[in-house]
Amino acid sequence: MSYNGGGVVAMKGKECVAIASDLRFGIQLQTIGLDFDKIFQAGPKLYVGFPGLATDTQTVHQRLKFRTNLYELRENRKVSPKVYASMVGNLLYEHRFGPYFVEPVVAGLDANNQPYICAFDLIGCANAPDDFVVAGTCEEQMYGMCESLWKPDLGPEELFEVISQALVNACDRDAISGWGARVYVIEKDKVTVRNVRTRMD
Amino acid sequence: MECILGIRFNDFILLAADTIDSRSIVVMKHDVDKFFPLSKNLLMAVCGESGDTTQFSEYIAKNVHLYKMKNDYELSPRASANFTRRMLADSLRSRERYNVNLLMAGYDEVEKKAELYYMDYLASMMELPYCAHGYGSYFVLGCLDAYYKPDMSVANGYELLKRCIAEISKRFSINLPTFSVKLIDKDGIHDQEPIHARQLVI
Repeated sequence: MSYNGGGVVAMKGKECVAIASDLRFGIQLQTIGLDFDKIFQAGPKLYVGFPGLATDTQTVHQRLKFRTNLYELRENRKVSPKVYASMVGNLLYEHRFGPYFVEPVVAGLDANNQPYICAFDLIGCANAPDDFVVAGTCEEQMYGMCESLWKPDLGPEELFEVISQALVNACDRDAISGWGARVYVIEKDKVTVRNVRTRMD
Repeated sequence: MECILGIRFNDFILLAADTIDSRSIVVMKHDVDKFFPLSKNLLMAVCGESGDTTQFSEYIAKNVHLYKMKNDYELSPRASANFTRRMLADSLRSRERYNVNLLMAGYDEVEKKAELYYMDYLASMMELPYCAHGYGSYFVLGCLDAYYKPDMSVANGYELLKRCIAEISKRFSINLPTFSVKLIDKDGIHDQEPIHARQLVI
């Protein structure tokens, strides 16, 4: 899990969610790329991040996209966050004894524009709390930052500030995370993507 | 102990690979070609486990060719790279994994741009402006961070490549005397003059 490094954090706000990841692609202590976003879009208001082993980030994203495409064809509707989270957990547990080395983070707004966040361990144990979820090599640093900065019912602008500060400062204290960050703020009518500067080392 | 490097500019890509095949302390062959053309505008440079390199590369090349025969048009560089990644990722968790690191360079005639893909043996893939595999990467990435510009001409790009190889020759303890160089642009794959370490000003 710490071969490539990286971190993803998601937070709930008032009728909005935010999810953010760092952009480093490295192999152990060598940095290879600076634009490896670990967050992918799974629906119009649903995003998922896969921190962990880079090859599994790409493979799990592709396998999940396959499953959601089939779901959307069969059911003729977009997948909701809770159902998507359940699919993620299912995919991971199918490989219980040969797991994918990723710890997914799901963030989205459901049909009533209520925020939903969920994090998993590498074998699919779901955790859907009311405040924030973190995953990656700088998990512990992110827990500290989120616990101090997060408050309930933050508006979209404040949520952006809080999640950015949490991710940036956590990544700055982890050698294998950082090299830039991308933050997605999902509101009921739009999704804003912003790049945030971290220590570029 | 092998080294392959690639640099992507606005309209072309330069790929360089050393020409040594060695087992432990012995150099078996001095004129190995580590490049595998996949189509007119798509070239792959491979390093890693000896048999796997040839087997995997030929498999990918034949599949790319099959797609062209079946569908009458070629796979784009991005599609070929993703196909290669899929093959490598599937083999990773199977009985025997392919232990190959590769760089794939292609000129996309539809999008009209050059693309360079880095793929390691675990099948993590990234499209990058410049990249390298092997111990040589530790020496050239810093060099490229400092001197790379995307709008360089072919001559300047070749000089940049020479500078990188000079760095490897000066500071890497394994002797890599020659690097073969290929240029990929909209007109296809072109051989360039090989770069000999002993002729470089170090």
